[in-house]
Order: sequence, then structure tokens, then C-alpha cells
Amino acid sequence: MIAVWTIVEYGFREAVRRKMFAVVIVLTVAFLFLFWLANHYVFRDLSTISPPADVHVDTRTFAGAFLVGLSMFATLFLGVVLAVFLTLGVVSGDAERGLLQPLVARPIGRSTLLVARFLGAAGVCVAYVLVVYFAGVLITGLTGHWYPDQVVWPGLELAGGVLVVIALSLLGSVVLSSTANGIAVFMLFGAGLVAGLLGSIGHALNSHTIKHASTIASWALPFEALYQDGLRMITEHASGLTGFLLQLGPFGGAYVHGWGIRVWAVAYVLIVGALALVSFARKDV
Amino acid sequence: MPNALAVRNLAKRYGSVQALRGVDLDVGEGELVGLLGPNGAGKSTLVKIAVGLVRPTSGSAEIAGARAGSRAARSRLGYLAELFRFPGWTSADEVLELHQRLAGSRGGAAERARLLELVALSDAAGRRVDGMSKGMQQRLGLAQALVGDPRVLMLDEPTSALDPVGRRTVRLLLEELRGRGVSVLLNSHLLSEVELVCDRVVILLGGEVVAAGTPLELSRPRGVELETDAGTTRTDGATREDAPRLVAEAVAAGRRVYGVRVLTSTLEDVYLEAVGGETS
Ligand SMILES: Nc1ncnc2c1ncn2[C@@H]1O[C@H](COP(=O)(O)OP(=O)(O)O)[C@@H](O)[C@H]1O
Ligand SMILES: [Mg+2]
Repeated sequence: MIAVWTIVEYGFREAVRRKMFAVVIVLTVAFLFLFWLANHYVFRDLSTISPPADVHVDTRTFAGAFLVGLSMFATLFLGVVLAVFLTLGVVSGDAERGLLQPLVARPIGRSTLLVARFLGAAGVCVAYVLVVYFAGVLITGLTGHWYPDQVVWPGLELAGGVLVVIALSLLGSVVLSSTANGIAVFMLFGAGLVAGLLGSIGHALNSHTIKHASTIASWALPFEALYQDGLRMITEHASGLTGFLLQLGPFGGAYVHGWGIRVWAVAYVLIVGALALVSFARKDV
Repeated sequence: MPNALAVRNLAKRYGSVQALRGVDLDVGEGELVGLLGPNGAGKSTLVKIAVGLVRPTSGSAEIAGARAGSRAARSRLGYLAELFRFPGWTSADEVLELHQRLAGSRGGAAERARLLELVALSDAAGRRVDGMSKGMQQRLGLAQALVGDPRVLMLDEPTSALDPVGRRTVRLLLEELRGRGVSVLLNSHLLSEVELVCDRVVILLGGEVVAAGTPLELSRPRGVELETDAGTTRTDGATREDAPRLVAEAVAAGRRVYGVRVLTSTLEDVYLEAVGGETS
């Protein structure tokens, strides 16, 4: 237990003291400022946007949901960048650089070491994602007087999505070199996003094949499904034309959702984690 | 009492490379054993198996009776890897503190100060690793290996980055450790260093033990050399006991003897003979 906490703390200090962390903080502040600017102009001009007289669209909900959806995308993206940088070289990369050997030779077991590295990265990334997510919601709430239908759950699902990425990246760090792992995780992330967009298009066109493919991708890469489910919940109560339009947009819709995907995401992290532990136990370092 | 390290018929294959081919090696309790051999001989592989970083293909290795790699084995060990690094963002003192916690050492600040002093890094306790020279990092690595007073030490080329003064510090340190009854396996390519401090020497070549014994056992007699008015003659195979007879015979034959030398092979000769001139 002491050993677990020692390594978790080591992970925290490593995260905070590396230059990369400062870069992430600067990028985040820049993003939040731009996001505030976007909110400011969108809501200032909201009154001048008038839909055709016979179409009943709640422009405030539409704009607010779109903006929060945008900030959720950015939060997920920045959270994934942070997660990947913290974990991409935890095993092979650190072994190549000679950082891992002194730790593995200690009585702490390899499994404990890897689990503690997961917890360390998870602590940093979950805190980061929640802070940025709630900052985004607050910016839209304060400037536009619009809050998501569900405030807490989407944030938790974004954090869950990042945990899935951490698990994948740790597994990759055992079986791949740092560079290959970084590329692999970002490709998976991109594939997930494309599959999500494809799902929206599939539903708009009512194409069975595209919907099917997107559903498979959602289960195979549950971070994407969690993110989509979070988006769905910010406008859970929007109905009629507003709801329909939101479903169509790039930040709308979720066709694999609810408890099914949440439970599956937990199982997924456990399975990927178990694979990582087994491969690490067999690895020469 | 079981040996500090007992290696039996140990073999390791990395893909198509056979790094070890059935090695037997013992480090007795309190013994200091030097492991010599050219690059690629398998020295680091043997040590890595002993500390549990690498899994053997066949054979066994035990640390004080516990299977190498098991928690019990690792908890008795101090290890200095050949190629290692500490995170650039930590200070020397933090590195030692981390390892104290992982090793379960209760030595606290006093132990850290003592270890830093031992490797002449007292002034650098708060210095960040990325501001240290390679030699300082290696000495810090040595201090790290000594955290928690391990009974068995595995040192893989501990002086490769050190200057002569640093090497001498390490040699004195090894002598002190032996005085305290610590068992040490020392990988090195510095023959003089090994010759000076080791109780026993094992020479590895191509994954096999090609010579083993105390430095004295290994340095076999190589003959007696006589310098006379007829030039220098060498009698191969003769020993110190033969010297008076050889001188008497030369004198009886009317030669004027200017000098007599008993030749023994140094560890270097033994080494060069054993590895057949392979470069290290
Ligand atoms: N991780 C590895 N993968 C593949 N081959 C390796 C690995 N580690 C060592 N080897 C090979 O095993 C042999 C022994 O290496 P090593 O134990 O490092 O020798 P030494 O320490 O005596 O120089 C060498 O041929 C080396 O190339
Ligand atoms: Mg070596």
C-alpha cells in the first residue's frame, strides 16, 4: 500500500514537473479564453438571429448546446493529449531510457507498479478534465445564461473516456515503443471520432450499414461512446425541432448510450488493464 | 546458510541470440566475486536474471535461497544497472527517498546523508539529476543500490563513467562492504580493479564460463627467465622452486648470471588467454 502511494505520488510529481505540463496549462488557458470570446459574441448576437417565423427553434438552447458540445470536444482532446503524454512511455520507453530498471528491481511487484502508474495518470487526467469541463459549462452559463440539462454526468463520462485512453496507452507502452504507442493511440482516438461523426451521418441518412459500423466502433472504442453519451445528456430534454437539429450536428447525438456503455467501459478498462499486466509480467526489461 | 547467489545451468535466448548457455556460478555469503568478459559475453544478462528484470529460458537462479525475481529475492538485493537513469526532475535526495520507501528502509534522512557522503555527493543532495555529470549520476546510482543495507549487491559496471579518483572511492567502498559481510557480484571490464578487490573471478565468454577461481589460482606460473652473458633464456613450465637449480646449472656451464626472474601470469594474461583476444 505504501509502495502504491509512493509510485502514484511519483507519477504526480513527474506530471507536474515536466515541461510538458506547463505547455498543457498554457494551451488550456488559451482555449478557455477563446471559448469565452466565442460565447461572448454568440450570445451578444443571439437576438439578431431570427429563424423563419413558422420554425420554432429555441436559439438559446441551440447555441448553448453547440458551444458546450464544442468545449466538451476540446476537453476530451486536451485530456487525451495529457493522458498520452503521461503514459506513452511508462514501460518500454522508460526501460529504453533506463528509468524503469531501478524501480522494477525493488520489492514492489510489476503489477503493483503498473496499477500505481495507472492511478497516478488517472488522478492527474480526471482532475484536469473535470476542471476544464466545469470551466466550460460555467463560461457558457455565465455569459449565455444557459446550462446543460445534465451538468455532472457529461463531465464524468468525459473523464471516463480519458480513463479508457489511459488504459489503452499503458497497454501500448508495454508492447510498443514510445513513438509507435503515441501514434497508435492517436490513430485510435481519431478513428473513434470519425466513427462517431459517421454515426451521426448514418442516422441522418438512415443508412443501416453506416449505423451498424458506427455502433461496432462505439463498442470497440468506448471513449467515443462515452463522449457521445455526454453530448446527448447536455440536451436530454430538448425536444421538437431544436432536439432534431442538435442530433444532426457534429456535436450531437449518441446512438449507443446509457448504462450499457458505462458498464462496458468499466469492463473494457479492466480487460485492457489485465492484458497490460500479463504482458508486463512476461517482459524482459 | 544458502549462497548469496546460486546460478545453475542458466540459459537465456533473446530471439535468435543465445546470451547465456548453461552458466553455473556461486557467490558465497560475504564473498566478492568479479564477473569478467568482453562485450556481449552475457554478464549483464546474468545480473538482470538475478535481479528479476529478465526471465531465464532455462536453468535457475536463487538469491539467498529465494527464486530470483520473487519478492523475497528482490527485498534482499541492491542493484546498480549498467545503463540506468534517474528522472531529470528529481534531486539526489529525492531519488534516495523514493528508493528508501520502495525498499522499506527506515533509515530516514540520516541514512540518505550517510549514503551521499559515502559516494562523495554530500554537496549535491539538493541538485537536480539533469544538472549532474554522468559520473555523479553513477555515484548516485551506487548510493541508491546501498539503500536499506542490502545483504547482496549486484553491480553492473559501477565505475564505467568514473574518473580514477571515483574508481578509487568505489574500490574502498567495496572493501568496506566486504568488511561488513555484504556479498557482491561485480561486473567489470577493469581487470586491475577486479584483481585488487575480488575474492574470486569468473570469466564469461559467449555465454559460457571459460575460467573461474581466485586471482591467485588463476595466475599460473609461466616459467623462469635467466639473463646471462649468452643472452636471455626462458624455461617454460618452471616454477619458483626450480630457480636455484637453473641458476646453479647455468653457473656450472660457465655462464655469468646477471638476473633471474620467476614469471607468473597476471589476471590480464589469464583473461586474454581465456577470451582468445576478443576485444572488450
Ligand atoms: N534485450 C535484448 N534483446 C536482444 N538481445 C539482447 C538483449 N539484451 C542483450 N542481448 C544480447 O545478448 C548478448 C549478451 O548481452 P549482455 O548480457 O548485455 O552482455 P555483456 O553485459 O557481457 O556485454 C549480446 O549478444 C546482446 O546483443
Ligand atoms: Mg553489460
